[in-house]
Amino acid sequence: MPMTTLAGTDVDVDAEGFLTDASQWNEDVAAEIARAEGIEELTDRHWLVVQVMRREFAEKGTGPAVRALGKISGVGIAELYHLFPKGPAKMAAKIAGIPKPRGCI
Amino acid sequence: MPDRIVILGGGTGGTIAANRLRRSLPEGRADIVVVDRDDAHIYQPGLLFVPFGMAAPSRLVRSRARQLLRGVELVRHAVDAVDLGAGTVALDDGSTLGYDVLVVATGATLLPDETEGLTGPAWRRTVHTFYDMEGAAALAGALARFDAGHLVVAVMDMPIKCPVAPLEFSFLADWWLQRRQVRDRVRLTFVTPLDGAFTKAVCNRELAGLLADKGVEVVTEFNTGTVDGEGGRLVSYDGREVAFDLAVVVPLHGGASCVARSPGLGDPLGFVPTDPATLQSKAHPNVFVIGDAADLAASKAGSVAHFEGEIVAHNIARFLAGEPLDARFDGHANCFIESGFGKALLIDFNDEVEPVPGRFPGPVGLPLLRESRLDHVGKLAFEQIYWHVLLPGRSIPGVPSRMPLAGKRLAAAAQTAGS
Ligand SMILES: Cc1cc2nc3c(=O)[nH]c(=O)nc-3n(C[C@H](O)[C@H](O)[C@H](O)COP(=O)(O)OP(=O)(O)OC[C@H]3O[C@@H](n4cnc5c(N)ncnc54)[C@H](O)[C@@H]3O)c2cc1C
Repeated sequence: MPMTTLAGTDVDVDAEGFLTDASQWNEDVAAEIARAEGIEELTDRHWLVVQVMRREFAEKGTGPAVRALGKISGVGIAELYHLFPKGPAKMAAKIAGIPKPRGCI
Repeated sequence: MPDRIVILGGGTGGTIAANRLRRSLPEGRADIVVVDRDDAHIYQPGLLFVPFGMAAPSRLVRSRARQLLRGVELVRHAVDAVDLGAGTVALDDGSTLGYDVLVVATGATLLPDETEGLTGPAWRRTVHTFYDMEGAAALAGALARFDAGHLVVAVMDMPIKCPVAPLEFSFLADWWLQRRQVRDRVRLTFVTPLDGAFTKAVCNRELAGLLADKGVEVVTEFNTGTVDGEGGRLVSYDGREVAFDLAVVVPLHGGASCVARSPGLGDPLGFVPTDPATLQSKAHPNVFVIGDAADLAASKAGSVAHFEGEIVAHNIARFLAGEPLDARFDGHANCFIESGFGKALLIDFNDEVEPVPGRFPGPVGLPLLRESRLDHVGKLAFEQIYWHVLLPGRSIPGVPSRMPLAGKRLAAAAQTAGS
């Protein structure tokens, strides 16, 4: 597992840059990942989604896919794409410091 | 007094669970009641063939009641909702059914209305689905008239039943258009929200290769936000567009609406949170789940419901006896992927082991993850196995519920994992 330093914190990441240990995450790490993904500043709406991602991961062992994320967070799918243009489920998971959501197949 | 086991849904999973329980529980131990709204059991894998005139709709339907062993009662009513605390099921005629053990087998529901524009004026004209009987029959008519233009096969979002079915549809469409000698006038595109044709690496490489060989273009990570039927285009949430002349879509899926109406039973999509090993619901200890209704990562497929059947029946018997649940499901799934020209591929996998090449169920069995005539014949034979082995709740000789490792070339997976 490669290790890297984000916002002064040592974190383990996978080949795509997802944290492999969600407990190494903190808000500064989130902000730095967000900037690397092109989100200059995380708004309250971003944080709401990030918090839902972490809670779902803690409960279920995986982050939700975009549709479930929309229903659970109450943030509509169109707005989710506006907040996380490169794909809400993937991008929000990365910023939330949890693994890439499993495809359900 | 016998206990009462109520099974919601008399489709693949409900029928398998009822018959397995009838067979395994001692006479008089429990009354087994199946609830379904109608008496028409559809062989859903056959829907794939209807648009190509390879299966007659009427041949795919049989009586539900006749698939149930003697001693299993079928109550023909729609379920309104479950009251977990009271242990009762409310039916659409206002009556209630009490249960000691409940099995949720209400499957998945198609939600075409949840995608903007999908069921607009072009629905069933230039925008179709083959995921239900009515749609498959309508698509047969539309395909028969289609001889030039852009045919787009699009999955709205996961999860869906039988995730390989839209790929199979694309392969068969290529074959069928060639047979009609119009393939060179048709552009064929497969649109998926996933980042590849299939989520597992080795299988993805094989299927992506097949799609390329057949000249099927692939658009990945496309989450359809709007279907503009009259304008002939799919528009994704991130603003990309795919134009079409004929669209074949797999609509969004959710759990049955009666699950959503039952407080505490379902998740936001209406699927039932389920322990992946014991198949007991997380909502209540006397509620078990089989088939597409579960929120599991395992595929939503008839083969999965079949393998789950043995686990569910065993664990319900343990539960009734007050003993700990000791049967554990491994996510085993097994699918034939029809690839056209009389060939198919077989994949066999579980939560831990991705589809790999080799043979199934052992070294001299059917080829895995490689196109072959044998697997096509296997796919056709599955229909008889479905009615005569799966539904009666029997095991297929030589095919265990637990995924077999013999015959699998596991090194293939290790290689991609390392690369
Ligand atoms: C096009 C297509 C191709 C497929 N191909 C394959 C394949 O090749 N191999 C494979 O293994 N699987 C395949 N499948 C998937 C397979 O058919 C399903 O996974 C399987 O039928 C699931 O069984 P189930 O019991 O969970 O749901 P179902 O068989 O759908 O049964 C659910 C039942 O619940 C009943 N119900 C729902 N709500 C209520 C209510 N409120 N009141 C009363 N009754 C209710 C319904 O009437 C229905 O009978 C395919 C599916 C499709 C659509």
